[in-house]
Amino acid sequence: MSRLARFAPELVTCTFRVRAGYEWGLMFEILKSLLTVGIGIFGFLAALGALYWLASRLPEPWRERARVAVFVGPALVLLFGLVIPALINLRYSFNDRNDEWYGLQNYLDVFTNDDNLIVLRNTLWWGLSVTIASTVIGIVIARFADRMRGEPVAKALIFLPTAISMVGAGVIWNFIYSPKQYGLLNSVWQLLPGEQKTQFWLQDNEFFSLKSSFVPGLNTFFIMVVVIWIQAGFATVVISAALKGVPDDLVEAAKIDGASDRQAFYKVVLPYVKGTIITVATTTTIAVLKIFDIIQTMGKGGAFDTSTIANEMYEQGFPQNNEGLGAAWAVLLFLAVAPIVFINARNQRAMREGR
Amino acid sequence: MAATITEPLIGRTPPKDLTPRGTKIARGISSPIGRAAVWLLAALWTVPTIGLLISSFRPEREIKTDGWWNWFKDPTNVTLDNYSGVLSNKVNGHPFSDFLWNTVRIAIPAAIIPIVIAAFAAYAFSWMKFKGRDWLFVMIVGLMVVPLQMCLIPLLRFFGGDFFPDALEGVTTVWIAHAIFGMPLAIFLLKNFIGSLPSEVIEAARVDGASHLTIFTRLVLPLSVPALASLGIFQFLWVWNDLLVAKVFGGGAENQPMTFAMVDMVGNKGNEWQLLTAGAFITMIVPLIVFLSLQRYFVRGLLAGSVKG
Repeated sequence: MSRLARFAPELVTCTFRVRAGYEWGLMFEILKSLLTVGIGIFGFLAALGALYWLASRLPEPWRERARVAVFVGPALVLLFGLVIPALINLRYSFNDRNDEWYGLQNYLDVFTNDDNLIVLRNTLWWGLSVTIASTVIGIVIARFADRMRGEPVAKALIFLPTAISMVGAGVIWNFIYSPKQYGLLNSVWQLLPGEQKTQFWLQDNEFFSLKSSFVPGLNTFFIMVVVIWIQAGFATVVISAALKGVPDDLVEAAKIDGASDRQAFYKVVLPYVKGTIITVATTTTIAVLKIFDIIQTMGKGGAFDTSTIANEMYEQGFPQNNEGLGAAWAVLLFLAVAPIVFINARNQRAMREGR
Repeated sequence: MAATITEPLIGRTPPKDLTPRGTKIARGISSPIGRAAVWLLAALWTVPTIGLLISSFRPEREIKTDGWWNWFKDPTNVTLDNYSGVLSNKVNGHPFSDFLWNTVRIAIPAAIIPIVIAAFAAYAFSWMKFKGRDWLFVMIVGLMVVPLQMCLIPLLRFFGGDFFPDALEGVTTVWIAHAIFGMPLAIFLLKNFIGSLPSEVIEAARVDGASHLTIFTRLVLPLSVPALASLGIFQFLWVWNDLLVAKVFGGGAENQPMTFAMVDMVGNKGNEWQLLTAGAFITMIVPLIVFLSLQRYFVRGLLAGSVKG
């Protein structure tokens, strides 16, 4: 007791000092970061202003050219930072991990090595499942929520996850899938009749004990649910806006001709918003092909056969130090994304010209 | 009746008041089952986030022993300990609060700088005359196809190489990388907007002797606020939520954002749920505020961003 009495004041002052130090440290951090931010932005603007002032001092044929250069120059410098690395990356993809010529070996590796085939398989399933599921959910909600009471609230609730980072979403769902007693999914699972064993959802790399190399494990599908959770809101909001643009007269005319609600929706409304649905589907596919953060958060960076192209690009290119293979994965990602971007661009142009 | 309906079918402008929007005849789509399904989905969509929010306020012992839904039995049993705990919790030798401020000092300039640069370029592409202007713009739009993954390895080598000043390594390289990756989309969108401003206004200012810089700062920027805001929110949230770019270019943990710290904690402190829930909520709070207060701009920005590769 006496020892405790002697110890108590010390403990108090000690905690106080630690706390105060912590608070001061925090204040210092805030000031430091605000300062960095301020210097970054103002330094940049001041530099641009100074360059423009200099350009205005030049004699005439050069003055206008120099002004154009000040306006476009910074953007062009940055764009060089996109074009040249992309070309260098293409070149790297023919190198091995020691930067020596490796020919097409990286690409052969990707299409023959079993682990890499799993990555390709997963990415294909990701692109198809998540795109189809989020688009269909988006159409269903947009249709049934249209003009119902409380529509904005319902849509906002479904849209909310779009704002959250993939990392945050991953943490939320790790919690739900947890094998511990606080895991929501296991708790629901154990309500089922009979003796239910605790499931390790995120480690289950088989599809219902089906040993098929063509289907990803159940864990991949559980991670896909999270991305559907994020993407469905985007689909809902965009499709819903398009539905509101469908002229009432069109639907009404179909109904006068004897079409049921359902028929009017499938035969009149859906074809009318086809362009928007293509936009949603292509945008979702592109986002899903680049899935990375969520694999890092929920799949421990690709363990238990959960890796995808973008994740493998990072893992090989950086932690594994195999820059050649990482570069090859990046090229494959580019080849996968490019045609979809073109479809999207053509579709958007058709939509603009069609209306 | 029939007359009012055949009218628009021949292609004339329909008389608006005859078919008021929202009438049962016009749509009648929303069935009770459909409405129930929507609310069920809305509830399902909300449960994960609510669960996290509730958990983050429960005492550590409770979080680790039973599910968050048990909180409803004793709703007064809440604490802020998890939040103070996670802020001072060390990740890679740095308290979580450091990562919070790293996110701030990465996200704000990385959202503002590329948009300013793109606005200058968009003005030049719209209102300045120079050789190869249209050709150059088409090239830039074409660059939207390139996924940022194509540039990571060579850019990192460049930043670490001899030609790049060492003093700029760290947060500055993350800013530059974000500016590079956001550039094609930002120029494309802002050119579309700035180029469609009424040319009489610009010409009138020019006749009055205003320089390009004056027209740009006094006229074009204020008129472009809606476009700048949508794009700014899109870019800001993108950077705030980013993990990949910071992880590749940020260097050591002292320059890393919260997303990095969260992934690290999931890997190394996977069972410290009191820290993870509070930490996740801290990373989410700014995007949620932006989302709730600026939803209109947010949707517009998201839609505009959908052309990117």
